[in-house]
Amino acid sequence: MGDIQAAFSLAAGLIFSGDADLFEIVGLSLSVSVTAVVIACAIGMTLGAAVAVTRFPGRPAVIVFLNALMGLPPVVVGLGVYLMLSRAGPLGVLGLLYTPTAMIIAQTILVTPVVAALTRQVVEDLHHEYDEALKSLGVKGVGLVRTLLWDARYSLITVALAGFGRAVAEVGAVIIVGGNIDHLTRMMTTAIALETSKGNLALALALGVVLVGISLAVNAAVSGLGGVAGRARNV
Amino acid sequence: MRLFPAWAAWRGVREMSESILPLVAENLRYQVNGWSLIEDISLTVGEGTFTVVLGPNGAGKSLLLRLLHGLIEPSSGKVGWNGEVASGDGMLRRRQAMVFQRPVLLRRSVEANVRYALKWQGVPRPERRAAIDAALDRAGLAGLRRVPARLLSVGEQQRLVVARALAGDPDILFLDEPTASLDPASVQQIEALLVEANARGTAVVLVTHDIGQARRLGREIMFVHRGQVIESGPADLFFGQPRTAAAGAYLEGKIIV
Repeated sequence: MGDIQAAFSLAAGLIFSGDADLFEIVGLSLSVSVTAVVIACAIGMTLGAAVAVTRFPGRPAVIVFLNALMGLPPVVVGLGVYLMLSRAGPLGVLGLLYTPTAMIIAQTILVTPVVAALTRQVVEDLHHEYDEALKSLGVKGVGLVRTLLWDARYSLITVALAGFGRAVAEVGAVIIVGGNIDHLTRMMTTAIALETSKGNLALALALGVVLVGISLAVNAAVSGLGGVAGRARNV
Repeated sequence: MRLFPAWAAWRGVREMSESILPLVAENLRYQVNGWSLIEDISLTVGEGTFTVVLGPNGAGKSLLLRLLHGLIEPSSGKVGWNGEVASGDGMLRRRQAMVFQRPVLLRRSVEANVRYALKWQGVPRPERRAAIDAALDRAGLAGLRRVPARLLSVGEQQRLVVARALAGDPDILFLDEPTASLDPASVQQIEALLVEANARGTAVVLVTHDIGQARRLGREIMFVHRGQVIESGPADLFFGQPRTAAAGAYLEGKIIV
């Protein structure tokens, strides 16, 4: 109990004293995860919608594959990206290992399948409803995908939030490719892992409280935009 | 129309060009897994006609409409249009429209729904504003133009769907039981829209179960039974003295299978 109370007062202290290290870590966490989610949405929503409206041989297998990738273990992705970016790896010359860019790459790989698989489901349901009406208007190809993505926008915001949740909470991949270097690649989750292993449970918990708070704040802010929660269903 | 010069100008261009009608269907068949759902239907729909398609449930009325509109391909036979005008798939799509039993509206505002249809019907951007105004005025929805379409009542939604289908002044409009689940006032408003559109030159092909509606609106009747058009002709003749036993029984309210 003492730890938990100490954690909350420490968390409050860190936040309200404007602790520079804390804000640096929070800032890096947010910028890496938000960047990764934006890239993942651009790729994943296009891919998901394309799979939703096209029929081709092997499509069911592609869908199973996409759905399975949602459960991709972060440490495995971290390892894969590490191998690609390490000095001996094919992309070693870029010198990206242990940089924020490496962490963005890893998180993008983690989040894209989540966004693609959920978008596929959302867009396919909508397409089912719109199919005849849009065919009647002669809507097809890129126009069809754009129409469906726009009309699914409220549901897709939830999809993006799911992707953000996976990115911001993830530790396994960023710790491998980022290295948890102070002032360079230290994120909320890697800092928590570090402090816990050092025995600084109160500080670790305080960081955890801040992380949960950020997650809530981001979700609340996005939901606030146009009453998303209420409109997602039907309007 | 004089209120909207750009719209009138665009209509002028439209009126000079020919219609995609007549629609001539020859020996249409549609089979699924060896079951023949449409059997050897041949028919013609001329410019400016008002045709009501009647028949019992499961006779193939909706299927026939989808075949004519081109939503599904016939197993054999063909749907032909006025050859010169209808060359090019785009033009064919643009000059016909269809309304379904359940209103399908985009998750956008009332006017955005109409604008979307106009865009895909190839109405040039500067003309869309006036076309939207005219369509919403006619449907009595001008006051609701910024409302999300999905918040309208079911009757208003179907009126919007009809207005959207008519906004680009198609040569032909197909409707599949558009008023089946609506209240009488909404039915009346939609029927008025159809009569008005027909008077402006749009041919209407309406599938309905409502014999009263068929009597009110139809100038031509096609009676579909077991996948075939077994009787067709002017409405007064059909209702006065149906030539087939099935049509006679249907009009008397008997169950026919």
